[in-house]
Amino acid sequence: MEIRSPQFKNNAREALVDENLQSALGKMRTGFTSKRAEARARLPEFDDLRDQARDIKDHTLAHLDLYYEAYEEKVTAAGGHVHWARTAGDARDIILQICQDENAKLVTKGKSMIAEEVALNDHLEEAGMEVAETDLGEYIIQLRQEPPSHIIAPAVHLTRSQVEKSFRKSHTHLADDRNLDEVSSLVNEARQVLRQKYIDADVGITGANFLIAETGTSIIVTNEGNGDLTQTLPRVHIVLTSLEKMVPTLEDVSTILRVLARSATGQEFSTYTTLSTGPRREDDPDGPEEYHVVVLDNGRSAMIGSEFQDMLRCIRCGACINHCPVYHAIGGHSYGWVYPGPMGSVLTPTLVGIDKAGHLPNASTFCGRCEAVCPMRIPLPKMMRHWREREFERHLTPKLSRTALGFWAFLAKRPALYHLSNSVLVRLLRVLAFGRGAIGSLPLASGWTRHRDLPAPERNTFQELWRSGGYE
Amino acid sequence: MTASPKVGLFITCLADLFRPSVGFAAVKLMRDAGCTVEVPRAQTCCGQPAYNSGDRKDTRAIAEQVIAAFEDFDYVVAPSGSCTGMISKHYPELFEEGSQWRLRAEALSAKTHELVSFLVDVLKIDHVEAQFDGTVTYHDSCSGLRELGIKQQPRQLLGSVKGLTLQEMEEAEICCGFGGTFCVKYSDISNEMVSHKTECIGAANADTLLAGDLGCLLNMAGKLKRQGSNVQVRHVAEVLAGMTDLPPIGEEH
Ligand code: SF4
Repeated sequence: MEIRSPQFKNNAREALVDENLQSALGKMRTGFTSKRAEARARLPEFDDLRDQARDIKDHTLAHLDLYYEAYEEKVTAAGGHVHWARTAGDARDIILQICQDENAKLVTKGKSMIAEEVALNDHLEEAGMEVAETDLGEYIIQLRQEPPSHIIAPAVHLTRSQVEKSFRKSHTHLADDRNLDEVSSLVNEARQVLRQKYIDADVGITGANFLIAETGTSIIVTNEGNGDLTQTLPRVHIVLTSLEKMVPTLEDVSTILRVLARSATGQEFSTYTTLSTGPRREDDPDGPEEYHVVVLDNGRSAMIGSEFQDMLRCIRCGACINHCPVYHAIGGHSYGWVYPGPMGSVLTPTLVGIDKAGHLPNASTFCGRCEAVCPMRIPLPKMMRHWREREFERHLTPKLSRTALGFWAFLAKRPALYHLSNSVLVRLLRVLAFGRGAIGSLPLASGWTRHRDLPAPERNTFQELWRSGGYE
Repeated sequence: MTASPKVGLFITCLADLFRPSVGFAAVKLMRDAGCTVEVPRAQTCCGQPAYNSGDRKDTRAIAEQVIAAFEDFDYVVAPSGSCTGMISKHYPELFEEGSQWRLRAEALSAKTHELVSFLVDVLKIDHVEAQFDGTVTYHDSCSGLRELGIKQQPRQLLGSVKGLTLQEMEEAEICCGFGGTFCVKYSDISNEMVSHKTECIGAANADTLLAGDLGCLLNMAGKLKRQGSNVQVRHVAEVLAGMTDLPPIGEEH
């Protein structure tokens, strides 16, 4: 996927005037947040569970090698295969090879952000295969040839009528006069179209929300049940996942699942929680004959032990995105790559480089709402600040900001000089206000005055007034 | 606690420059509550502009300056959740664990409070003697709310102001889009955020908007002014101290 993060400001500017997008975002602004708040209120131990979930992941990350050893043993014993992909390219090649060995023509896919990360679809399509997304949101954006704009609701940037339009354009075999006014009729139509694909597919690819070391199991949670059909009907099931999905035991995963859906959509539990362990056994009524797990690193192992390690606790619930006022303003595509919102602002620079994704950790007010709702207690603002520190150290901060900051810091470290310059500044601003209470335009602060007035200083600085014996 | 706790007022760079009356309101509130208040001259800013720009070195230098200027007081109080959060939550993290500066930063952190929370949580004040005829709505600034847990304290004290009606706005806890340098670096996004905020403020039908942080107040006042709104904007301390004779933020003096 092309990285459009360097054009973040432009992307955002366009998003702000996109009426469809703004209307779609307006709906999600309060929906997800109120549902999470209600779910949390119904579970008194919710915050305790968050602590436990955090501890489980911290523990796992500290012993990741051991857990992967145990995991691989279990998977192999069950007749499955574990593949290690150091880079996105490795993951693509491994999967392509499996598909080619199978002579695959049609590949069905459940929702997988890792597949987006490695741009899997393009790779398989270039090799002549048809890839059918089976998650409704993913299916919609596949029709529209767009990237996802949200990690759990990939088509959240679209209005119902945009989806209707795409369906009419693509599903030309269906009657023109059919009624698609209701969301449910859209869902039914997608089901209908996808049904045959499940049956015809040679390979089914899903992601994994968790891998369990104790049993060699991979887990997906979905609301549509599409993942189950994707992974049980074709002859080959490939799980594409990333390093940090490991959890030691079934018991641990149950704890984390209790905060996952509640944080994501406000559900107590997702509709489907599906566990897969190896291929179909002899007496199993169904299931794939081959079971592969592709574990992607792509820079993640380098995060262990760094100031970004906490990010590896992320369970991709999307709560930070759902609660982010910046995301609400500009939507997911503005971030320019696979992962949007606060989690993306921390993760994307790790995966594509801070030189390309530099805007992301800067485009935050540090309002802290993401950290306040993150079920894994990931200190997202703190890590965005760490990225800013790296940028500052590497002189990637824009020159003008850096010079201005240097000048300001010079004064801030010299109180006497600082007070003097503030006294001058107050007078200057008051002159520029021409006796009015606010300044409408200020050349050096146009970022401010383009959109709002600058309230003029009241009169002298507090320090001046205080030293001269008080206010009156 | 000593009979008259000695408080160092951390005025904050924005109040110093734009709204000295917030400082005087803070002084009045604390004196009325029996405190002795001093204002060290060796203070400038808490260092957030450097900290949030990734400039650790300057942040540390500024933090050391603040620590040295304030560590002899019984309490340090700032009329801002954001600057208080910087001193109490972030200063210790700037220094290596176990180092001398870390210990000094932690000691300062423990006695640093946001003004309204200081009055309510530390001094146990449950009412103020003030009069304000009007309907106000209150914006919860992010750092105060989420770093320091300030939510009910200002509402409790506002409830004791004679003549005042509090009308809550929708989404009072959502960021106004200020974010320090964010509002100039990403001014279009910030504009969208503050516009959403002023919509909520308008819908609350209050005649005055209050908050506890001058950054947010200047941002919201500037936007309201640009939109031609009649809503007046003040720091909550001005109302609690009964110092509302002077024009609101952004109005002619
Ligand atoms: S960072 Fe936290 S809130 Fe955001 S997606 Fe990951 S787990 Fe969920």
